[in-house]
Amino acid sequence: MSRYRFDRKQLVLPYLIYLILFVVMPLLVVLYYGFTDDQGHISFTNFASFFTNSKMMGTLVYSLVIAVMVTVICLLLAYPVAYILAKGEYARKHSFLMVFVLPMWINFTLRITALKEILTLLEGNLAFHPFMNTVICMVYDFLPFMIMPLFNSLTKLDKSMIEAGYDLGADFPKVLTKVILPLSVPGIISGVTMVFLPAMTNYVVLDMVYNSTYIMGSLIGSYFSSYDWNNGSLISAILLMFIGFLTIITDKIVSKEEGEEVRI
Amino acid sequence: MNENKTIIRLNNIRKTYDGKTNVIEELSLDINEGEFVTLLGPSGCGKTTILRMIGGFDKPTSGEILLDDKDISELPANERPVNTVFQKYALFPHLNVYDNIAFGLKLQKLPKDEINKRVQTVLELVDLEGFEKRSVTTLSGGQQQRIAIARAVVNEPRVLLLDEPLSALDYKMRKEMQIELKNMHKRLGITFVFVTHDQEEALTMSDKIVVMADGKVQQVGTPEEIYNEPANVFVADFIGESNIFNGVMTGKMKASFAGAEFVCVDDYETGKKIEAVIRPEDVVVVKPGEGQLTGEVTSADFKGTFYIMFVQCGQYEMEVHCLAHYKPGTMVGLSVLPDNIHIIPYDTTINNFHGIIDGFVDGKGLYLVFTDFAMFVDAHHLYPFSRVSKGRLVDENGEHIDFQGREVIAFFQPEDGDMSDDEKEGDVVGKIVSFYYIGDHYSYTIRSDHEIDYVVDDEDLWNQDDIVSVILPRNKMKYRLK
Repeated sequence: MSRYRFDRKQLVLPYLIYLILFVVMPLLVVLYYGFTDDQGHISFTNFASFFTNSKMMGTLVYSLVIAVMVTVICLLLAYPVAYILAKGEYARKHSFLMVFVLPMWINFTLRITALKEILTLLEGNLAFHPFMNTVICMVYDFLPFMIMPLFNSLTKLDKSMIEAGYDLGADFPKVLTKVILPLSVPGIISGVTMVFLPAMTNYVVLDMVYNSTYIMGSLIGSYFSSYDWNNGSLISAILLMFIGFLTIITDKIVSKEEGEEVRI
Repeated sequence: MNENKTIIRLNNIRKTYDGKTNVIEELSLDINEGEFVTLLGPSGCGKTTILRMIGGFDKPTSGEILLDDKDISELPANERPVNTVFQKYALFPHLNVYDNIAFGLKLQKLPKDEINKRVQTVLELVDLEGFEKRSVTTLSGGQQQRIAIARAVVNEPRVLLLDEPLSALDYKMRKEMQIELKNMHKRLGITFVFVTHDQEEALTMSDKIVVMADGKVQQVGTPEEIYNEPANVFVADFIGESNIFNGVMTGKMKASFAGAEFVCVDDYETGKKIEAVIRPEDVVVVKPGEGQLTGEVTSADFKGTFYIMFVQCGQYEMEVHCLAHYKPGTMVGLSVLPDNIHIIPYDTTINNFHGIIDGFVDGKGLYLVFTDFAMFVDAHHLYPFSRVSKGRLVDENGEHIDFQGREVIAFFQPEDGDMSDDEKEGDVVGKIVSFYYIGDHYSYTIRSDHEIDYVVDDEDLWNQDDIVSVILPRNKMKYRLK
């Protein structure tokens, strides 16, 4: 008698279907459009023209500069905050964390609009400092995404490691650079990836602060809104590869650090 | 090596975390140069806190810590000439064995070849030559333990602090490390301060043992002194196996307990209440009727080199360690030499409760308020010659007695108290913080939320940390004015 039997492995099915429909298929579609011309023939001309077009390269560089600046500032601001939140000795730690993460609950265009009012008050006219305003708004927007992973990795850091550092004669700066920072690298990496990609693509922020310079996201948006699927997809694919590349490199650096230990 | 020079002196150390609960109460302790000192006690007794205060990770609330006669209580950990071996080793996972050990030396900015030489020396000491490039995460527990010791001793500290370093190892490894640590101590000549809850470990390794409970030092002595001459019932019960009996002195060096009279070597005044401690291995099995006690063997379990036997002598039970095997049901005589009976004077400060008189109601008596409870007590308990006149309390001359706010002490015998698991049934709710077996019953110490201890005898076995209510023996309690 063969009867249907439920197996725990079958629980994966809903996610598998979701993964195929909404992750794998769209990715393949993006890759297909990116590497075909408007006739549907496989072609690398779009790809080649992106890297030879100085305007495109300028956009890439501009996006990179913004993304790097935003990520670095976020990291510098978030690290001390996450450290104090994670290691400080006071009651209701998580309520304080909530204060820093709470802005994530408010729609980001609303937050940016509010910040714009403050900046207008300070600067008079936002149009005078488009680059600076973009960076300020993005930092404000993405900061919680940097704090969370740092907080998690610093919370997990064993207190006795820090005490061992002091015990062996290190003062606070030495404990920070030789013990705490190296041990929180995984948190730093996930924070950086959480901030870097959005900072390269989130052109809505630029629109809102009247920054007319294009970043990668604006390019994709403009191509798609003029029904140029091929070029839009191509730039998405390039960004995808770029981020993939970045992830592989950081993974290599981390596993190289750990690899030294693993090698016997 | 000067054995008698004090290297660390703790002076009236007190430590509270929230300002209310005392973790350490007025503790003073001297540690001599070159000694292997063990802080021994159950978890929560404050032994690790003491170690952390010497290490510089905790500050005493009051009191001072002297190292070479200089107060170091305010000195940060990184400026103290002491190093710690942490309970879970706390090796840095991002550094290899060599860099872990060299961590402290590099901070001192020593020349490279000196660092190299010293790392090699300690690796030899812990028997792990050739492990320099290994990742600490690939090492076994025992190896990590050795690296943690190497990382600490390479800095040549004046004092090495070890916080239960062997607790994570398995039994066999622990035995090996005990011997190795002891040898290392001899070779290095550094003062070791070792924290453990394992009494066997403490007895094996130490020059001096500090037995702690409840944030207080119970006894300081050599392993032999602690084992043979326990200062109080707690120590007797905590170190090794013991038979403990309540009794009374009946004459010069004579004591009565467990339903018989014994000759002992401790001299206390006749009539004094005592507790007698007898180690199971000191009880000699003889023919029935020949020893001080006669009883029936209730169980006999083989333990490799001896049998653990329980002998029921009337209502009292005696644990006996014995080489010969007696079947359960056998009648035997038990004999104990005077030298093997350790007499501890009964602690008269237990179950003394301080309170005040807060009013008088005709017909009910004086209203006494204590920290945990309040009760009406007949006025004659406190004012024997008092009487009531027109609803007021007067003395034998008819003078009004000014009792309001007078301090009183209430007292009851542990055997009169009772306990219940129904919190509503008793007068005071508390947690069982310790208990031990006294021949035919258990003695429980129950601590209330206000940190007041109640000692109650009970025949049933309860568990540590059980929440129980204490039923006060109202008609058997004694009261006196302070």
